[in-house]
Amino acid sequence: MTSGNIFLAGVGGQGTLLASELLSEAFLHSGYDVKKSDVHGMAQRGGAVTTHIRFGARVYSPLIEAGTADLLIAFEKMEALRFVHFLAPGGVVVANTQEIQPPSVLRGIEPYPADVEARLRAAAGRVYLVDALSAALALKEVRAVNVALVGAASHFLPLPAEAYEDALRLRLPPKILDVNLAAFRAGRELPASQGGTA
Amino acid sequence: MSVPSRENLVLLSGNEAVARGAFEAGVKVASAYPGTPSTEILENFANYEGVYAEWAPNEKVAVEVAIGASMAGVRALSTMKHVGVNVAADPIFTVSYTGVRGGLVIVAADDPEMHSSQNEQDSRHYAVAAKIPMLEPSDSAEALAFTRLAFELSERFDTPFFLRSTTRIAHAKGAVKLGLPVVPPVVPGIVRDPAKWVMLPMNAKRRHVLVEERTQALVEYAETSGINRVEPGSRELGIVTGGVAYQYVKDAFPEASVLKLGMAWPLPEKLIRDFASTVDRLVVVEELDPHIEQHVKALGLEAQGKDLIPICGELDPKIVREGITGVKTALRAPETVPGRPPNLCPGCPHRGLFFVLNKLKAVVSGDIGCYTLAALPPLNGMDLCVCMGASIGAAHGIEKALGKEAHGKVVAVIGDSTFLHSGITGLIDIVYNRGNSTVIILDNHITAMTGAQENPSTGKTLQGEKTHEIDFVALCRAIGVEHVYPVNPHDMAATEEVLRREIAREAPSVVITQAPCVLLPDHRRRVKHVYEVLPDLCVGCKACSKLGCPAIEWVPFTPEDAALAGKKPTQQGMTRINPLMCDGCNQCPPLCKFKAIVGKKS
Ligand code: SF4
Ligand code: SF4
Repeated sequence: MTSGNIFLAGVGGQGTLLASELLSEAFLHSGYDVKKSDVHGMAQRGGAVTTHIRFGARVYSPLIEAGTADLLIAFEKMEALRFVHFLAPGGVVVANTQEIQPPSVLRGIEPYPADVEARLRAAAGRVYLVDALSAALALKEVRAVNVALVGAASHFLPLPAEAYEDALRLRLPPKILDVNLAAFRAGRELPASQGGTA
Repeated sequence: MSVPSRENLVLLSGNEAVARGAFEAGVKVASAYPGTPSTEILENFANYEGVYAEWAPNEKVAVEVAIGASMAGVRALSTMKHVGVNVAADPIFTVSYTGVRGGLVIVAADDPEMHSSQNEQDSRHYAVAAKIPMLEPSDSAEALAFTRLAFELSERFDTPFFLRSTTRIAHAKGAVKLGLPVVPPVVPGIVRDPAKWVMLPMNAKRRHVLVEERTQALVEYAETSGINRVEPGSRELGIVTGGVAYQYVKDAFPEASVLKLGMAWPLPEKLIRDFASTVDRLVVVEELDPHIEQHVKALGLEAQGKDLIPICGELDPKIVREGITGVKTALRAPETVPGRPPNLCPGCPHRGLFFVLNKLKAVVSGDIGCYTLAALPPLNGMDLCVCMGASIGAAHGIEKALGKEAHGKVVAVIGDSTFLHSGITGLIDIVYNRGNSTVIILDNHITAMTGAQENPSTGKTLQGEKTHEIDFVALCRAIGVEHVYPVNPHDMAATEEVLRREIAREAPSVVITQAPCVLLPDHRRRVKHVYEVLPDLCVGCKACSKLGCPAIEWVPFTPEDAALAGKKPTQQGMTRINPLMCDGCNQCPPLCKFKAIVGKKS
């Protein structure tokens, strides 16, 4: 893979921003041109949050076109479904099994869709549903869900694990580095238990 | 700022790159009011050594500070979002006439698609109207380079410069090579020159002539300097573009000839004519208004533009490709899933206030801030919201228009930072003109919407130093409001009592809700109660759900589930509090008649 598009989807407050920073820095430091685009402002407040990352020899548009993402990383299950049309044919979905109810579901106006997994599998060939929340809770650091997901997704990208770990070292203060390195490694184990890796 | 890596190549957002560019240009003074998508420029700039950066109470003041610094021979920066330019327009139009001493750059950050704005205005019109040249970068690397250049040109042409950015420039990250800071050529110090700096009519008349001459000189620069460049390609299609639209053009039409305009105003007439003569079909691709297109057409050239490319919202490569080729690509339709709009945070103090206002059926004249989210269901807490500071004047207007009919119904709500930005003049108006509106200042002690910036009421400066903290009670009294009452919005019963009384009062009154934003570090670190719903007691009445707290989840039942759980078969579900989310604000327990919601130490 000499160039590619990574689409990240999550819910405000889940740390998608840090995850996208890690991925982008890992590519930049591995010699790629990188562009990354997300929208702040409402990000803290529980709304849907997306980040587009593009890497290659030379990247122009900071936005991924629908139908061209090689990898969709979803931090919340339903958000994977919301953005699955961004995936290219043959693209991979790595989705967290965590469910976060949106306002209409919180108030019992409409149900949280029961068939997310089936619809994801119908829409995309390769789907890995991983329980990154449990992986993070096992490390007693709920905020590390995002890094565990980066670990799980890293199988489907052309960089070695060290590239992400270096990016973590560059990014994070020493206080929380170890638990995040552990979360990354725990995350890397997750897709295997879902029936295989890249 | 991002961590530097090999060869000074780093990944920076456009905002970080502008901050870096200003630092490298030797800027010493920067003043701004936070506003998405511009906010991070000052936050990043403030981290550099040897610079002064401040949050001003509003954009007009910010530009005035920058003008003073420029007059003193120091390079100065002022940044704002597009709607902030409206607030600052008064000094901007005149500093165009005075010109500068130290380089002066005003960043206008537009928000196509209105990711977090109330309108979609195109700041390029300000460049034309105020006769101020404007550079427009198309990615982070150019954001740094153009910022540096804008300061040099500002001094060379004796003019303030605009730098226009958009959300996709401001918040997208790209690879940037860092440079070394320069020492600006202008020597700081006061140089008295009233004919240049005092805009009495007789001086301003002479300056206007100079402004027109300057524009001619800038056109010459635009024609020849390379800031606008032709990227030759096929003869079939020639595209004139600028800003982030350039990137979409390059992805969509790698073969086309491209005229990339790095300067949005003034535009290079000859360059455009020459380019047009080399291609068979000329198309202008630009976000928002047909600014370049109108100029191109005014030259008598045949061109397409907004007939192919939408005027509303952001572009992307697909929109550009489909617009120009007229061929739609068939794509899988998006799946339908429940929407996920933003929401007030769990434990947000504004939620308590709006729940009470909803209960009182108040007509709410709203303002710009986090609390604008209370306009969404279930709080449905806003009837009007126009721009920063408008809530108070509008409430007064409603009361004056309807007299007795409106009295006892209308309230204005406004945040602490917004009140100081431009709400205070509205309150003065109410007192002065014998209104009797109730104004609610939502003092959560931070500028929350843009990501927790300090303001004159928080007791801290942008650079974290301790400073005077405005006392809203004393301030409102000084303006002439006799009835000023602080309340704790988490205590909804007490808040309701005070509001009932004040809304009915035949005099201006101010109610101040005092409770910290839940995103503040001190608030997050406190020991808190976490609440839970006792499943045995919950009858599924959803009274608590009406708060809209993201921590209060709904668990639907089938009749069989209900029977198994020992519930009435008609009960359709019950609520559950997500312990990872609950912030312990204590707003929900009083709403449950069945005492099913209880607190415990986390
Ligand atoms: S917790 Fe109380 S208020 Fe909420 S649904 Fe249950 S019974 Fe009703
Ligand atoms: S106490 Fe109730 S309203 Fe407050 S954060 Fe917790 S669940 Fe939400």
